[in-house]
Amino acid sequence: MESPAINDLNICIATENGTGSASANNILFKAIFKMGIPCSSKNMFPSNIQGLPTWYQVRACADGYMGRKDVIDVMVMFNDATAAKDIYRVRDGGLIIYDDSTPLSPNLKRDGVQYLGVPANKLIQKIVPASPLRTKQRNMIYVGALAYLFGINMETIKEVLEDTFGKKPAVIESNLICIEAGYNYMKDKGFTQTMARLVAIPNGNKGKIITDGNTTCALGAIFGGVAIVSWYPITPSSSLAEAMEYYFPRLRKTKEGKATYAIVQAEDEISAASMVLGAGWAGARAMTSTSGPGLSLMNESIGLAYFAEMPGVFFIIQRGGPSTGLPTRTQQADIQLMYYASHGDTRHIILIPHDMKSSFDFSRRSFDLAERFQTPVFVMMDLDLGMNLWSSDPLVLVKEPFDRGKLVTAEQLEQWEKQGKKFRRYFDADGDGIPYRTIPGNMHRHAAYFTRGSGHDSDAHYSEDEKDYKETLDRLRRKFETARKYVPEPIIETADGAKTGVICFGSSYEPVREARDRLRLSGVKTDHLLLRALPLTEEVREFVAAHDRVYLVEQNRDGQMAAIFKEEWPELGAKIGSVLIYDGLPVTAGEIVRQIKAHEANLRERVGEWRERKLIASV
Amino acid sequence: MAGEKVNRISLTEKDYQGAPTTMCRGCGHDAISASVIRAFFESSVDPRKVIKLSGIGCSSKTPAYFISQSFGFNAVHGRMSAVATGANLANHTLISIGVSGDGDTAAIGLGNFCHMMRRNVNITYIVENNGVYGLTKGQFSATADKGSVMKGGKVNDMPAIDLAELAIVMGATYVARSFSGDRKQLAPLIQGALAHKGSAILDVISPCVTFNNHEGSTKSLKYVKEHLDPIHDVDFIPPYENIEVDYEEGTDQDVELHDGSRIILHKLGRDYDPSNKMQAVAAIHAAVAEGRFLTGLIYYDPTRPEFIEDLNLCETPLAELGQDMLQPRAELLDQINAEFMK
Repeated sequence: MESPAINDLNICIATENGTGSASANNILFKAIFKMGIPCSSKNMFPSNIQGLPTWYQVRACADGYMGRKDVIDVMVMFNDATAAKDIYRVRDGGLIIYDDSTPLSPNLKRDGVQYLGVPANKLIQKIVPASPLRTKQRNMIYVGALAYLFGINMETIKEVLEDTFGKKPAVIESNLICIEAGYNYMKDKGFTQTMARLVAIPNGNKGKIITDGNTTCALGAIFGGVAIVSWYPITPSSSLAEAMEYYFPRLRKTKEGKATYAIVQAEDEISAASMVLGAGWAGARAMTSTSGPGLSLMNESIGLAYFAEMPGVFFIIQRGGPSTGLPTRTQQADIQLMYYASHGDTRHIILIPHDMKSSFDFSRRSFDLAERFQTPVFVMMDLDLGMNLWSSDPLVLVKEPFDRGKLVTAEQLEQWEKQGKKFRRYFDADGDGIPYRTIPGNMHRHAAYFTRGSGHDSDAHYSEDEKDYKETLDRLRRKFETARKYVPEPIIETADGAKTGVICFGSSYEPVREARDRLRLSGVKTDHLLLRALPLTEEVREFVAAHDRVYLVEQNRDGQMAAIFKEEWPELGAKIGSVLIYDGLPVTAGEIVRQIKAHEANLRERVGEWRERKLIASV
Repeated sequence: MAGEKVNRISLTEKDYQGAPTTMCRGCGHDAISASVIRAFFESSVDPRKVIKLSGIGCSSKTPAYFISQSFGFNAVHGRMSAVATGANLANHTLISIGVSGDGDTAAIGLGNFCHMMRRNVNITYIVENNGVYGLTKGQFSATADKGSVMKGGKVNDMPAIDLAELAIVMGATYVARSFSGDRKQLAPLIQGALAHKGSAILDVISPCVTFNNHEGSTKSLKYVKEHLDPIHDVDFIPPYENIEVDYEEGTDQDVELHDGSRIILHKLGRDYDPSNKMQAVAAIHAAVAEGRFLTGLIYYDPTRPEFIEDLNLCETPLAELGQDMLQPRAELLDQINAEFMK
């Protein structure tokens, strides 16, 4: 008999949404976390409120990999609608847990897996009186069953229930009874499995937090001094603004109880973006959060902010597009929509967090960059980072003064005038493309200027003059070049003598980390560059140049980031191979490994063909 | 300049002028700019505390043609109301004047306009209403009357959106209609709007002399003049002027504004109470049915809080708060981290 894997287990739970499975799954995940075992969770939910299929994966991984695992060890088959497919999602030798209140239909039987039945419906009918709660609490039965089978003790479950429902003893009690029922059923039947055991690691997760990226972005913005938030509900970004609504009153009230913030649910994304512009122009730190369709609507305003030079931060939580696409699934397919947002020649600064700490930190820093460059700044997130729970080291507030950029006060203007210097709103006095800025309320008699999205000269006068127009476009490009020195630099990890490089960004980081380890074990050594911003920086160019080939991992069909690389450095374009994952699910290491190996095999074949041709030619 | 009249902050009316206009000669919009200048001068508003906002279109160009000492913002087509909302939240101590047109306000930006009023954002919002798209050379707008004829003979078969009625329904708290050529009425109405805290909407009929001034148009100069129907004559009394006005019991109505200033409405042969919402809407309907342009202060509600009050904003403008007020203490983040460990 195989010996059980210790703390290496991937459980997939198939349920219907709106049946309370979210709290059951959450309790299971947090119990494993509480045991000190490295673990992660992925929620694959429908764009619907009740009745459509949803899957939740909990992965315990002794090696600490947080990416989604494509090999499923255990399937909790609690949704009849998807059962016929779900039985094939589990690996050979895996385990299926199902509700055997009624006999399993023959078409749901397959070879090579172990079936364990738990009569959840029957059990719940005994415990919970007929009520809407009954369906919800049915899911607690599988939590108990899994706990027994894999070694989560009931004490840990109790602690999680207390953490979760702290002030509601009745709720704790009622859930506990259901979990115990599942647990005891398995125990009484003498059911066992031999594939895996969960074994507590004392202090294993000590000091770790569990949170999601939308929450950390919200907190980063609040600690970054955002004063005005305008947003329109859209999945998967709504929870970012809602987190701000939750934390603002606690963190940003004056002694008198007044708000040092304004949060407005706008009538549409166009309005949300326009409010950000108005607020940024008038001197406040302002932001919005949205996803693809909202960003499409915001494009015109973003162009105005770029051309008339106003700060504003745009959090984009990417989902599956085009159109409505897959609103509850993850993608990185709006990279170019962000980078080139709006008509005309535009290019924008994008910060790309890859985990909880960086999403907090980049969120905070984005406001400094927006003010420094007087332009829209994007924080590029995706649903996997934004909405899934991640374990992480605690968030850290880097203490540094706000960078308000080249903001000129009335006193400074007075000084300037004494020195014979004049305020010219769009004049590039320093050669870095960044002009000086005043804000309304500046009482100096020469502070005011006229902001417009139409052609203007260095003194902010209306102009259709071809020289003025071209000069403005060139200066904006110069400003963008300056930004390369200010955006977060990439993080590079090297392996001795590796000739192959891997580049990734955002939520691909964890699966790429795992994939590289697997590749190394199979003899392929790789260096790695974690891209953390656009525009691209010199370090990135050097990395590509220093390797024979570079695999750029991104979550879209067309290689949107690769296209930006190739536009930037056409001479390096041939070195870049794309690893493209765009099924809407969080990336797995397995898929990355598969694609890289396929590329490598192709390369070998082509080298072989070339040698053959050379031989023939020489004959 | 010796002899020139100065206001309470020692500025002359000239100090409120802007860049030379680029409107067509005789355009109603220029007359409105002149009334704006007059109103700000008369109310002694400090130009440095003013922000001028607009969208896109002929009317939206005009903020460049008054008060050049003020900050101006010529935004995206239809979005001035949202931009103004953002600016108001950033700094509520600034006096916002928005200028827009009927394309900007009644078509592309209609939704944003409605929601600005629904929030009662503090602004003086002037619609320079001529029933036509001027800058794109003469297409009907959404305020063109049904049956009105285009220069080339095309007849408008869509009913007009009445912006004053819309404003009342959507929650604006100061709603007036006037005529670009009637500075005597328009300037005090603007002064009243500036003193009011909340969304003040002025629907100003402003004939387009180039594209909509012909026989058959219901927004031509001639037609408008012939169909004006003022409810009352309007006088504005600033808070500091404790002067006696020719106030006649029964025929004059005194409207007190937020800053202590007053608007005196001299009734013209009818009983009209601008605080009565239903009467206001009914009066507009009756006038529209008879082809009259009802002008004056149509609706006024001093009781509704403005947006920043609803949001409980601190007194210091958000734009002027320092890092000490904007960045919570690091200990608070530690607390949140501790909560995330559960």
